[in-house]
Amino acid sequence: MAVGLDKIQPEKITQKEHFVVEGMDISGHWNRMFEQRVIWDYDVEQLERVTALPGGESLNWCYGCGKCTTVCPVDIVGDYSPRKIHRKTQTGIDLFTSPDLWLCTTCMNCLRVCPKEVNMIQIMPAVREQAVLVGNVPPELQKAFEDTAKHGNPLGQPQRKRADWVKKAGTPAPILKDLKRPVDILWYVGSYPSYHPRGIDAACAAARIFNALGVDFGILGVEEKDDGDSQRLAGEKGLFEMLAEQNIAAFNKYEWNRMVVTGPHEFNAFKNEYPKLGFQRPIAHYTRFLVEHLDKLKPMLKKPIDLKVTFHDPCYLGRHNGEYDAPRELLRAISGIELVEMGRCRENGYCCGGGGGGMWLDSFTKEHTQMRLSERRVREAVEYGADVLAVCCPFEVSRFEDAAKSTGNDKLIVRDILELLDESMRG
Amino acid sequence: MNIVVLIKQVPNLTDELDINSAGTDLDHDALQYVLNEWDEHALEEAVLAKEAAGGAVTVIGVDTTGELDGALHTALAKGADKAAKITGDYPRGADSHTQARLLADAIKGLSPDVVMTGVQAADDRDGQIGPMIAAHLDLPYVGVVTGVEVKGGQAFVRKEYAGGLMAEFEVALPVVIGVQAAHQPPRYAPVSKIRQMAKTAKIDEIAGGEAAGSGSTVRRMFKPESASHAEMWEGSPEEVAEKIAALIAEKGLLKRDA
Repeated sequence: MAVGLDKIQPEKITQKEHFVVEGMDISGHWNRMFEQRVIWDYDVEQLERVTALPGGESLNWCYGCGKCTTVCPVDIVGDYSPRKIHRKTQTGIDLFTSPDLWLCTTCMNCLRVCPKEVNMIQIMPAVREQAVLVGNVPPELQKAFEDTAKHGNPLGQPQRKRADWVKKAGTPAPILKDLKRPVDILWYVGSYPSYHPRGIDAACAAARIFNALGVDFGILGVEEKDDGDSQRLAGEKGLFEMLAEQNIAAFNKYEWNRMVVTGPHEFNAFKNEYPKLGFQRPIAHYTRFLVEHLDKLKPMLKKPIDLKVTFHDPCYLGRHNGEYDAPRELLRAISGIELVEMGRCRENGYCCGGGGGGMWLDSFTKEHTQMRLSERRVREAVEYGADVLAVCCPFEVSRFEDAAKSTGNDKLIVRDILELLDESMRG
Repeated sequence: MNIVVLIKQVPNLTDELDINSAGTDLDHDALQYVLNEWDEHALEEAVLAKEAAGGAVTVIGVDTTGELDGALHTALAKGADKAAKITGDYPRGADSHTQARLLADAIKGLSPDVVMTGVQAADDRDGQIGPMIAAHLDLPYVGVVTGVEVKGGQAFVRKEYAGGLMAEFEVALPVVIGVQAAHQPPRYAPVSKIRQMAKTAKIDEIAGGEAAGSGSTVRRMFKPESASHAEMWEGSPEEVAEKIAALIAEKGLLKRDA
């Protein structure tokens, strides 16, 4: 039986044999009608549990227009959207224990189109936090939380080896503790560029580019911790606060003018979340920073890359922070590249599936969708004839490379913009 | 029911381990500590037993690292009711004889019905804390346990034998149990709960006596010395495939059909 049918009250269903409306007799066999629908047929307790939470209030503002459903990246590969969440919760489904709780990637495309400003970026973390507090966490996500708490990074790699990638760069990346002098740029490297084999490739490329440009920079090395923001969005607010306190202490320990960040999630964290904890300093994502140095960088990009390249807008650089142009300007600066746009680009860019904790819910999400979001995205890149899928978020290189393999599109090359610049620069 | 869980911290094995300059121990200054994995299971099994049959869980350990508070706060966040630490002048990673004596003296006064601890720990691979405490307190001991149920003044304990065999024991209380694995994976303690515990919880401090010592000393600690090396082949998949084929032929590993 459909949800809610048991709540229909038979005495409210009436059939009038004779019925006169405004002097007109409209009696007939067809005029069986329900009285005005009483929406309180449903027990709204479940909805009220969500809206009672700080951050959960706006779920109640939904009026069911469904605009979010058309843009939700999860609905495109499954059966899920904010409007559906609202309706299900309204009809008595418990969001706190539902698998739906873990599918939102906080990509923000729903909020972009929502006329009522129902904010899933606040609702989902608020409900997830309650689930985490009572121990209801998918095991793979729990592992990422534990690894982050123990080792300062969600990959479970040793904290002591956070700067080991530098050995592979073939160029210096000085550590502030050893440098013992102020620097112009504090480069926050991030967990995936520090540890993930494909992330390290981007970190090495960045170090070579910064040095070629003569940037006076330093890194934190073992004093750097994961930013924790994706863990917060996945419901682990305490872990976020702990990491933020540790990072802020490390940031404040040294003298620097501006911070450059490899990843959009970290950029978003330091720009929009850390200020709530008292840290507010000039921050730039590497794409904007390099665009500022384009006059000097462009003549160094000697080797043409004669390929058709498409660019995947990271949700946390584009929609969350309004930066769409800097990555494209960098790609256009490389001669030979033919830049093609996918249908879902810029403000309506598709999500790779890695945000809001999705990075650590791969198997879980796969069980509840028809295909991974990253798989949908690489198919789109191939549909538009791209040879290269260019990215500028450290979550994406491995996600899309895996997706290219799992969908049989092995020929699609996935590269961070840093790698493409470095390749062109090195000739 | 009064359950006491014995815990200790061990070196974090994710980090590379260095030997100290004397060559007799790990370089403890270069280490991070984590809770012994088997103790995490002991704690989980204890909290599950409490949830099933009621009672209270007390967590206790010898603070040899100066950092035991963090582990105790985590245990409280996971559902333990009380926490205590034994303090004194002990070397980091003190031997199991010393810890067993100190723990036995401390838990006597707690009149436990069930004492649970990890069946072994990664640092000493000794597996003796449980049996020694049982001996000190003259209590029965069951080790390599994967499930505990307490009812009617008795513990029903599942023990894992080699070869995939299981046995169920009926033991009179009080009893000491060495836990191999809890019957559910250890639960997650949200950091906000741990931080709350760190602000509000009280950890009882027990002044411990002298270190008993184990009667043995480590003469030399060293990393495994490799006898031979693997050869890594580089090149394109085709080149590597050719080398593999040549090696198989050379060693006569595959026979061709006539």
